[in-house]
Formats: sequence, C-alpha cells, structure tokens
Amino acid sequence: MKIYVCVKQVPDTSGVVAVNPDGTMNRSKMPTIINPDDLNAMEAALTFKDQNEDCKVVAISMGPPQAAEMMRELLAMGADEAVLISGREFGGSDTFATSQIVAAGIHHMGLEKEDMIFCGRQAIDGDTAQVGPQIAEKLHLPQVTYAVDIQKDGDTLTVRRALEDGYMKIQVQTPCLITCIKELNEPRYMTVKGVLECDEMPFTILDYEALKDEPLIEADTIGLKGSPTNIFKSFNPPVKGVGMMLEGTEKEMANDLAARLAEKHVI
Amino acid sequence: MSEYNSSAIEEFSGIWVFCEQRDGKLMPTDFELISEGRKIADQRGCELTGLLLGSDVEGIAAELGGYGADKVIVCDDPALKVYTNEAYTNVVCDMVKERKPEVLLFGASNIGRDLAPRCAARLHTGLTADCTHLDIDMNTYVDFLDKNSNVDVANEKFKMEDVNLKMTRPAFGGHLMATIICPRFRPCMSTVRPGVMKKNEYDSAAAQKCAVEVVKPGIDEKELHEKVLEVVKEAKELVDLVGADVVVSIGNGASKDVEKAKALAQELADALGGGVVGSSRALVDAGLMSADRQVGQTGKTVHPKVYVALGISGAIQHKAGMQNSELIIAVNKNGSEPIFEVADYGLVGDLFKVVPEMITAIKAAK
Repeated sequence: MKIYVCVKQVPDTSGVVAVNPDGTMNRSKMPTIINPDDLNAMEAALTFKDQNEDCKVVAISMGPPQAAEMMRELLAMGADEAVLISGREFGGSDTFATSQIVAAGIHHMGLEKEDMIFCGRQAIDGDTAQVGPQIAEKLHLPQVTYAVDIQKDGDTLTVRRALEDGYMKIQVQTPCLITCIKELNEPRYMTVKGVLECDEMPFTILDYEALKDEPLIEADTIGLKGSPTNIFKSFNPPVKGVGMMLEGTEKEMANDLAARLAEKHVI
Repeated sequence: MSEYNSSAIEEFSGIWVFCEQRDGKLMPTDFELISEGRKIADQRGCELTGLLLGSDVEGIAAELGGYGADKVIVCDDPALKVYTNEAYTNVVCDMVKERKPEVLLFGASNIGRDLAPRCAARLHTGLTADCTHLDIDMNTYVDFLDKNSNVDVANEKFKMEDVNLKMTRPAFGGHLMATIICPRFRPCMSTVRPGVMKKNEYDSAAAQKCAVEVVKPGIDEKELHEKVLEVVKEAKELVDLVGADVVVSIGNGASKDVEKAKALAQELADALGGGVVGSSRALVDAGLMSADRQVGQTGKTVHPKVYVALGISGAIQHKAGMQNSELIIAVNKNGSEPIFEVADYGLVGDLFKVVPEMITAIKAAK
C-alpha cells in the first residue's frame, strides 16, 4: 500500500509579514513553513505506516527548487520518499493547472488498488481548498474532504467528514483521495534519526521533461497559460484613518464611548 | 445535446445558483446567493436560475423565487436526498453541459467547497473560492473599487465593455484584495462566503411567479462508489459568528478568568444590540475557547456592524478575520498593541475593569 501525501510550502504569516512597496506580500523575505493542514495529512499517513509494515509514504509537492528543504523535513518526519515537481513550465498555475500537474505526477509514479492520496484541507496562502478535489477528479478517484477520522479495512475506507453542524460517515473504496483537517490528529515532529538520515533518503525532482509525456500534461492545461483564472486587478482596502484613543478613567472612557456610539446611532 | 466545449463562451447564458438543502430544508446562504445572483442577472440582463438537488424537494423550491430567482430547476432523485460528492457532481455537471449557464455560484459551505472544485475540474473551467464581492457590469465594478479600495479610479483606464464575472476575494489573509476573472472558459464559477452577501427582502408575489421545473436524473445507486452510512447532527450550540451584527472577542488579556471574561463579553454584546462572543487563536489553541468561536485567518472572517476586541493584541492573522468590520472598538492594557491600528475607538485599561463600565454607560445612553 502506498500513500501519497500532497504538501505545500507556504509563507509563515503568524509572525511578521514582509510587505512590498505596492502592498503585496514579499514572499522571498518571509520564513516558510509546511502548510499546517498538510502536516495533519502527513500524520494520518505515518499513522497507517506505523501500523502496516508494507505501507509506503510518499510526500509530493509542487514548487520552486527551494522547497527541497521542506522535502527533507518530510523525510525526517518519516516519509519513505519525497518527490518535488518543479519547473519553469509549471509556474503561475492556478488550482486547475496545479491539480492537473500534481495528478500527472501521481499518475507517473503509479496508483494501485489499495493506494490513497492524503491532502490538507487548504493552504494558508490561498485558502481555496480546491486542489485536493481537483486532483481526485483528474485521477477519477472518489474523494472525502474535511476528514476527522479515517478507518481502513482492506480496500474499504470509512471516513468521518466534518459538517458545520455535525458530521457524516462516508464509505469509499481505495484508491481514493482524502483531505484532512486539524481535528484529525496531532502532527509529529522530525526524529533525530530522521534528521541524520534524511540526506541519504530517496528524493526525486520531477521536471517538465520527466512529465511531458503524461496525458494530463499539455501546454494549454499547465502553468500560467493553462490556468483558467487570471488576476484582473489586485488592490489594497482603503487605509483606515487612525482611530481615536479615548482618555480618562475607566468610567470616563466608557461614558465617552457610549456618547460617541449614540451619536453615530450604533446604539 | 450539442458537444460541450467550455471555451465556446458565446454559447453560454444565464446566471445559476447551486442551492444547498440539508434535511429537505434550504440553507440561509441560498437566499444570500440568490439575492446576489439577482443583482448580477440584472446587470447582465438575463435570467436567474436556482439549481436544487434533493429528494422530494419540489415544495421548497418556490421560496427561492421570493428572493429573486426567475426559475428553479429541481433535480429530484432518492439518491440525492443526502449529499454525496459523486452523485451531486454528476448531476450538476450534466445539467451544466446540457443547459450551458454563463455563471454558476455555490455557497462556501463544507459541501459547496467539496462540490464546486470537482465540478470546475470536470467542466474545464476556473473557480474562485470564497468571494466577498461579485460584479459583471464594469460601471458598478469601478464604483465598487472607488468605495472599497485605494485605487485612484479617476486616473485609471478600464475596459468598460468587459462582461466577465469579476470575482473579488481577500488574498493572503486580507492583506490584499484580488479580483479574479475567468476570461476564456464558461461557466464562470465561484464560491461565496456565508454571511457576506446581503439577502433581499422576501417577496411572496415573486415566489408565486417563480417557475419550477422538475428533472429526474434517474440515478442507479448501484453505480455509485460513495456511500453515506450516517449523518449526525451534533447538539452543539451553533455559534453564528459570521452572521452576527455584533461580535465581542476575547484574547490573552482574558486568560486569568476566561469564564468571567466570556460572561462580560456576552453582556456587552447584548448591550450593543445582541451578538456573539468570539475568540483569538491564542485562547482556542490553549483549549480555553471552542474552535467555532475563533476569528482570524484560520478561523472565521467576520464583518459585523460592531466588533469589540477585548485583551487581543491584534496579530496579523487575527486582524485578517475582523478588519473589515464596520466599527471596531479595542480594549487592551497596552496602548501600543497593533489592534489599536485598526480600531476606531481605543480604550487602554484592564478589560475586567473597563467592560463593566462600558456595559453601564451603553445601557444608560440608549
């Protein structure tokens, strides 16, 4: 059994965000992390591996060559193999084109009857939650998103899928694709042994040359040119005037606030 | 049915809204989406159609007319009673391939976000997630930019004849807004955040006039690969952060007595006209507040009429979830915290002392 875990390297927005003069984010100046939900997908795969000797975990990502560092971390965490899809031809892809390329990468490496693909629900830089389901569609696999529990019995998977007001329990057959949310598990850290050994472990880069014969790879379905969506305009919300700091004792501030709210008909 | 080709954009017309039902009941987001769809259909001068999948749901369809739908297509089949990705994707895509709408909108619920990307991939078209504003007409779009951006619209050239659906969403946690288009393929698809679009006034005469067409897709359940074993509604108290007019959130400054702070926050929300208590990520991560109350980039995005931040420093990820609130009040012991950069009114002090005074003063001023 093989489990592919789709992973994305994202800028860490929990700390200081570097901003360009035009207000866009300066990604090159920001520290990067493994997308949080993807760590839950990774943990789910490693849990299966802990319980099944014949389970192989393959971490797969698409990104610039710098993402190699993240792939080493995933190996140190316990992945058996790491694959980075990287190439100029793939740049500028929206979710449609990205899923096309990642699906081609998985198809290239092969998907057997008992195999699974785990993804994080969404990446914190785009928050779209689209790439997982779109990979599933392109590989003609059943999908279950928002997984909070995954049980496998042979080629049958029973997944608890979170809804806003409860959950549903869904049964699908492998091969299939599951997207994971943080309630699923507590991701593990890299092991010392893993860190020491990860440089020796199988790490592959798949470039355009390696994938160009895949049926899903066509000039009009990948990269910027193959992306159905384009940015029409990006802009900053209007700068808010500096707010007013109220002064005085607690009581005076509170009375001042209440008067201003009443004047604005807020209360 | 003629050959389906998503790039033959001139063959597509009409605005469609996927209307979600659970337990045979329409979702509140349906009415918001239909209302927004009405606006776009009027801009385009075309028909607005609701697409409703379910089993025996014909009776609830006309209500969508009351919010602006000209027509509802009901796809009725026992296999559609409960949502499954497979059956719903098949039916939605078959309907789109047959009828070719120009625009297709979904609510960004856990179901909409499961279904829409799969449909977009199958239909070979683009999808924009979690939109907060939609326009087709360029005049209204430029007007929107003028009011909601720092773009100097008077000194910028726009292609006024553009008829692509302009789908605006926060990018990167609200640091930047981006308007996305899908110029080469149809339908233009987007998911829309619940609670963002304004619901029209219900018009019962319009509901009566709404045309309802029932389509029987005839699904063979034996052919389906996905089986729903059970659907469980959890009796948890639903926190409607997104739809609330007033949100009072607590953060680290409340950690010495979260229960008391929560009670004060609720009382303040009630004094301000009724609302709900939210939380910063710190208290959720510490297990002191439930995750459904979290406001911020990884929690909910809210834009109530009044947002009050109590003891919240205002990390970027928190601001991303609340900075578009109409009016922001911040209370914090430390006057140099970043939360004051987005606040309309700042009160420096201990929330446990300031909030009771606020409650008294607001009640007295009403």
